[in-house]
Amino acid sequence: MSRKPKVAFFDFAGCEGDQLQIINLEEKLLDILSLVDIVSFREAMSEQSDDYDIAFVEGSITRKSDEQRLKKIREKAKILVALGSCATTGGINCLKNSWPSLEEVKKRVYGDKAYCFETYPSRGIDKVVKVDYYIPGCPIEGEEFLQVVKALVMGIEPRIPNYPVCVECKRNGNICVFEVGNFCLGPVTRAGCNSRCINNGSHCWGCRGFVDEPNLNAEKEVLMKYGLAVDDVLSRFKMYNVYRYKEIEG
Amino acid sequence: MRRKIDIHYVTRVEGHGNIKVSLQDGKIEECRWEVSEAPRFFEAIVVGRKWYEMHHITSRICGICSVAHQLASLKATENAFGVEVSDQTVRLRKILLDGENIQSHILHVGYLVLPDLLGMGSIIPLASVNKDELMRVIKIHRLANQICEIIGGRTTHPVRCVVGGFCALPTEDELKMVKDKFVQILSELQFFAELLEGFLPKFPDFERETEYIGLTNGTEYALYEGDIGSTDTGKTGVENYLEVTNEYVVPHSTAKFTKHARDSYMVGALARFNLNHEKLLHRAKAVAEMLGLRPVCTNPYMNSVAQLVESVHSAENSIKLIDEVLDAGLKDEIVDEESSNIPVRAGRGIGAVEAPRGILFHDYEYDSSGTCVKANCVIPTNQNHANIQKDMEELVPKIAHLPEEDIKLALEMLVRAYDPCISCSTHYIEVKFTSSTNQKNCH
Repeated sequence: MSRKPKVAFFDFAGCEGDQLQIINLEEKLLDILSLVDIVSFREAMSEQSDDYDIAFVEGSITRKSDEQRLKKIREKAKILVALGSCATTGGINCLKNSWPSLEEVKKRVYGDKAYCFETYPSRGIDKVVKVDYYIPGCPIEGEEFLQVVKALVMGIEPRIPNYPVCVECKRNGNICVFEVGNFCLGPVTRAGCNSRCINNGSHCWGCRGFVDEPNLNAEKEVLMKYGLAVDDVLSRFKMYNVYRYKEIEG
Repeated sequence: MRRKIDIHYVTRVEGHGNIKVSLQDGKIEECRWEVSEAPRFFEAIVVGRKWYEMHHITSRICGICSVAHQLASLKATENAFGVEVSDQTVRLRKILLDGENIQSHILHVGYLVLPDLLGMGSIIPLASVNKDELMRVIKIHRLANQICEIIGGRTTHPVRCVVGGFCALPTEDELKMVKDKFVQILSELQFFAELLEGFLPKFPDFERETEYIGLTNGTEYALYEGDIGSTDTGKTGVENYLEVTNEYVVPHSTAKFTKHARDSYMVGALARFNLNHEKLLHRAKAVAEMLGLRPVCTNPYMNSVAQLVESVHSAENSIKLIDEVLDAGLKDEIVDEESSNIPVRAGRGIGAVEAPRGILFHDYEYDSSGTCVKANCVIPTNQNHANIQKDMEELVPKIAHLPEEDIKLALEMLVRAYDPCISCSTHYIEVKFTSSTNQKNCH
């Protein structure tokens, strides 16, 4: 590109942890400024502009009234990137979609004032507008964001892995979580986190979403072989992936 | 003459909310602090989830204070099951909380408030004008994040904290590294305090007496544990939190409001300073003195100064804690995430910690299988909403004669001073300011 691309950040329902991960790039964020102009980033700056090339959108859509704002962003942006689990798959906000009734969910939190508040089944932003690229994770990995920005600036396709976390985990020499008697969603979850949770003594929670064609049945069998009941397996699948799971399993 | 001012999105705060102010001849017709953030219903979505998932899910309430949410959550679950954690676990959790406190406070004072004092829209222009100063502020933020990463596996939504302790531990060498980082932070904070001292005249001179609430205990400047302290009514146990917070729903806000002895109260760094200033460590006290922060301080704008003072305290405190862990000998106390040693049982548990923005409560009820059947979370920013509103009601008539831009700035700075975390309470500030004298419109 002949001039520096203009970049804007927006957010919907979420914890803003993904934008925080970008701020947490610390000195490296200053380096980014030599490649792009940040024209809107409400969490960190007062200046705002409607003139931008690349929009990064965090958060899921959880009510009809937010759709319009997202559609306007899409109209203005040449490239739209979903940032983080909530934007890419709906994320943890979709847990409420599993409830028999959203009215019940509202009542739980707002009691007899529930009628004041609007909500609908939570979803990723691609259920409302066309999304060009996805940066998954809860939260995103800062380095992955940097790679995507550099690729976009150079005009090449950003690459997000479409193989499971197990590939990275094995490379890191971790003992398989199943071998020590725990469960793990690594076999069906998209890599790119460098198996962070397993490296740190935990297991994969599935925050980066399923790989494109997850073998959920095989994973289910493995989990059951290791002593988990079906309900428990499904509950774990759904932690971050209620929306996607319903799409696959109907 | 009627004036209408709309400020869409008060920037440099975490999340989305609205301020609506309407004046008639210097008197307030309407003054409303609204939160229009999309609600996420955490208290409902955790119902049906297992005990070992609770801190993982509730961490996602907030990216910036996820350590505090995890610790409040773990303490609630441990309280429900009667789990005692080791001294080492308590110390490491306190170090993690100190790291988050510094990271969050510097993000606020350095990145979000400093531009107001410099008359800039963000800290980005500093990169060309005062690069050295900017790099030193970033350095503090980076060091604090690195500390959280070493102890918690990640700053934003840590991965090592589990019910009963940690599922991975730092090595002795890593702890020494962490100590060295806190030492560096202390020295950079001294520089930052001197920088801030020069800006003190820019802090608005506004006082309003209110109630200050925060954790308090007899042995230390309370962040991880203690009773609930109030500058109006003294101490009460954490189990009585509902009598203190009295949450209520107002139709114009997706975030709940709270009140206790008065119409409103304040939580956060200034509240903690007012309650616990005697327990501040040596260098933090000196910085408070240098910056003119004296108890009881009733100027809400000084919350940012209190945050800097607390950052110094947190660094000093963690240096002490690391020495204690190392002197006792680092123990290999790895706790499995779903450990069968956890005595799962039916019951209710409450956990309270001080998040950077104030006292935070998680309250869970479990059935005998350890499945959550009921949850309640009372978030610091929710507790400040009513106080922000009361401050605005008192501030606006005092500044009504000023030019529009000055009024806007004073109101935005007020909201920012509270360091609101609106994602927590549900996110965005849309300031709608309507000032009307006489009956004419001039938009």
